[in-house]
Amino acid sequence: MTLIDLANPSKFLSLTARVLPWLAAATAIVLAIGLYQSAAAPDDYQQGATVKIMFIHVPNAWLSMLVWGVMSLAALGTLVWRHPLADVAAKAAAPIGAAFTFLALVTGALWGRPMWGTYWEWDARLTSVLILFLMYLGLIALWRAVEDPSRAARAGAVLTLVGAINLPIIKFSVDWWNTLHQPASVMRLGGPTLDRAFLVPLLVMAAAFSLLFVTLLLAAMRNEILRRRLRSLQMMQARAFSSEVDTGSHEGNAPKPKFGAA
Amino acid sequence: MMSLGPYASFIVTSYALVTAVVLILIIAIAIDYRSLRQRLRELDQSGITRRSGRSAADLR
Amino acid sequence: MTVLAALIRRDIRIAVRVGGGALIGVLFFLTVVVLMPFAVGPDLALLTRLGPAILWLGALLASLLTLDRLFMADHEDGSLDLIVMSRTPLELACATKALAHWIAAGLPLIGATPVLGLLLNLDTRSTAAVALTLLAGTPALTFTGMIGAALAVTLHRGGLLLAVLVLPLSIPVLIFGVAASQAAIAGQSFGAPFSILCAVSLVSFVIGPFAAAACLRHGLD
Repeated sequence: MTLIDLANPSKFLSLTARVLPWLAAATAIVLAIGLYQSAAAPDDYQQGATVKIMFIHVPNAWLSMLVWGVMSLAALGTLVWRHPLADVAAKAAAPIGAAFTFLALVTGALWGRPMWGTYWEWDARLTSVLILFLMYLGLIALWRAVEDPSRAARAGAVLTLVGAINLPIIKFSVDWWNTLHQPASVMRLGGPTLDRAFLVPLLVMAAAFSLLFVTLLLAAMRNEILRRRLRSLQMMQARAFSSEVDTGSHEGNAPKPKFGAA
Repeated sequence: MMSLGPYASFIVTSYALVTAVVLILIIAIAIDYRSLRQRLRELDQSGITRRSGRSAADLR
Repeated sequence: MTVLAALIRRDIRIAVRVGGGALIGVLFFLTVVVLMPFAVGPDLALLTRLGPAILWLGALLASLLTLDRLFMADHEDGSLDLIVMSRTPLELACATKALAHWIAAGLPLIGATPVLGLLLNLDTRSTAAVALTLLAGTPALTFTGMIGAALAVTLHRGGLLLAVLVLPLSIPVLIFGVAASQAAIAGQSFGAPFSILCAVSLVSFVIGPFAAAACLRHGLD
């Protein structure tokens, strides 16, 4: 099975119909393991039980960036290879990515309240995720502003790639801006030196959320393909109807025209 | 039941929120899928066929 | 080369004539800055402290306001199609159009800065710093904004969509522009933020024309 084979939407639909139940089951199993492990994880000596928020906050934050990466690949697929499923993937991924980003923001705020004493800190990471969220919303607005799917796809692909180039620059500048205005009270987690007792559940949860993303993405892509099929069929119907009205007015009792493809 | 310390409400709220948003995503996609299938089937019954001649609601 | 020179001359000439909108940008800039004391109060010390930020925000919004016209007018009268079809590389033509737009709409903003600095109680040194950072930063605003303008013209939707798409991309320019002016006022190192601001501008010179040209090429049919 190669990428070329997947270019046929019908083949994609039949393949995903077979794969999706297995993916959903795998997601549920890994998520259950991750939840069990994060419940069993010990309390942090500094943060107490609030460290449990990390197990859902960090995977969501990772995914918020990973989804933009996937969308950038899809954008390349749209612009360079004209892969017919690439824009379907990009369009389906955007709302899911926005949802994950939203979750990363909200869980970050809920984690910050006990740790920093405030829901919102203009911390570099929180701020960059907020900007990422704004860009997701802008991209979704762009998709929704245009009716013609292929036109919207190309515009969205350009914007996604520009965002992919700009996001590191924005991240860097926000970091820089933050060190300029750094408040003294911000407490940080140990960074890369995370204890194994926290690292293992975190990685399992990250795997679970990634599986969840793939499952949701495939399901949303199926919907998008069906929506396009519906759109073209409705156009066909409208065309058939208008020709019926045309011939009807010209010839009086014209035979009922056959519906079908032109 | 494990003890969640003094900030239990924050932990529970964040887990509940994540559950809620993920469920909303799943349900929205499922409802979307069902309504699309339904409309495709209706079009199929009214005699509109795809260019390939196959049924639109047939996903195989 | 003469083609590009002709394009610059034409765009500037259109911009300064009736309906061009270059001067509306300056007027908007002036109005926004004049409105600020009504919002924060006529406290001169506070206005001095906020001065660079106010001037930068005003310039950002003013450049956003005029961006709509960058491709839209040419699209309406059909000359954009000629530019796309011509033998000049579209990327170069886009860069030229952005340059012309900056000369017509961006330079007057910098010219208005000393007057507005006076209103905000900034001294000569601070005003010069803000003007210098605006000189280095507003081209970046125009060149990144051009991407939004190209998207808007291919989608036949301008206005709000353009603002929503372009504003997040202009955050680095805003951060380093304001930081450099504040550093100059506070007597800290002006070089570091200012050189990063110049770097951001240079990056936008590369990304902007290519992205805008890709948009126009794929989007207009």
